[in-house]
Amino acid sequence: MSLSINYKAEAENILKISGVNPKKCMKCGKCSGACPAYDSMEYHPHQFVSMVQDGDLEKLMKSDAVFKCLSCFACIERCPRSVAPGKLVEAVRLAVIRKQGMNRLKPEDIPCMLEEELPQQAIVSAFRKYSK
Amino acid sequence: MTYSYYPGCTLKTKAKDLDLYARKSAEALGVTLEEIEEWQCCGGVYPQAKDEIATKLSSVRTLNSAKEKGQDLITVCSACHHVLKRVNNDMKTDEDICLRANNYLQLDEEYKGETNVIHYLEMLRDVVGFDKIKEKVVNPLTGKKIAAYYGCLLLRPSSEMMFDNAENPTIIEEFIKAIGGTPVVYPFRNECCGGYITLEDKELASKNSNKVLASAEGKGAEMVITACPLCMYNLQNNGTEHDLPVVYFTEILAEALGVK
Repeated sequence: MSLSINYKAEAENILKISGVNPKKCMKCGKCSGACPAYDSMEYHPHQFVSMVQDGDLEKLMKSDAVFKCLSCFACIERCPRSVAPGKLVEAVRLAVIRKQGMNRLKPEDIPCMLEEELPQQAIVSAFRKYSK
Repeated sequence: MTYSYYPGCTLKTKAKDLDLYARKSAEALGVTLEEIEEWQCCGGVYPQAKDEIATKLSSVRTLNSAKEKGQDLITVCSACHHVLKRVNNDMKTDEDICLRANNYLQLDEEYKGETNVIHYLEMLRDVVGFDKIKEKVVNPLTGKKIAAYYGCLLLRPSSEMMFDNAENPTIIEEFIKAIGGTPVVYPFRNECCGGYITLEDKELASKNSNKVLASAEGKGAEMVITACPLCMYNLQNNGTEHDLPVVYFTEILAEALGVK
């Protein structure tokens, strides 16, 4: 079963909760150049900016790219126009995981991931990023 | 000098050394750390969306506890420091978040970001002073080539963290000099180890961690120091192509001060 998603409304909400104004972007690509997860992302930070601006949300929301961001803030620090692409990636991810049944990480997934030295910090951080 | 102290969840479990040696070294330097009572986990990552309120409340409770005691708040873990400092900044500068958090918490007096959040390294630099630390060192790490791994969370975004120059930081190198070691500056010292991605994509964490260690090793480092338990985990457990020892900065401080 899939509910129909109003992508226009999603785009508006994503802009609102991220506080990002994609129109400030001058498409220099520095965000993607600085991104340490670049090779693992189907869509890259600079594409998030232009695709949200164009209302092209469906592809982003269906892509694993939203789960590859490391929240390292390199794109935010290094953007010469203070666009903060990382905030946009986070808002798109929230738009996905806030929907019912869309939690990426579930408590029952954890036991088989545990290793002796894995810090609690990794688990609480992953829950914040991948589940609601 | 008495401070409120927030250890955080991992310092009570997998990163006990980071906490233990922070306390022992502080005592040796004449700094009193009073642990916040009934503190709660900060959540590990700062919730960036403007409508995230519930996920910020545990941090506000911690910040308010320090305010009630009239003390500045010291943190050691990079992640806790990042979360507490940025939530505090929200309470200071974002009227909507401040209003909604206070409506929820119903504190005796509204919290508006009054607490000063200080990382342990900032305390060493700005309160004790690296010159003073130098005088108190009994076991200098003479000749030891040490690479500071800053990672992300202490430095970025610099407009909020105000910790050091985000692209060319010096605070940990100055710390290394103060305890008699030789700092090794290397390109990847402020690049990401992968963080929590180890649970989602271990290969990516491994790739990033190996890059950091290769960069440090390439510049002749014999040891890497960090303030973050997750960086420690990633460098040690996912940076499997390298054997460089990774230790908490508080541990080598305690060693140098003769309190380990």
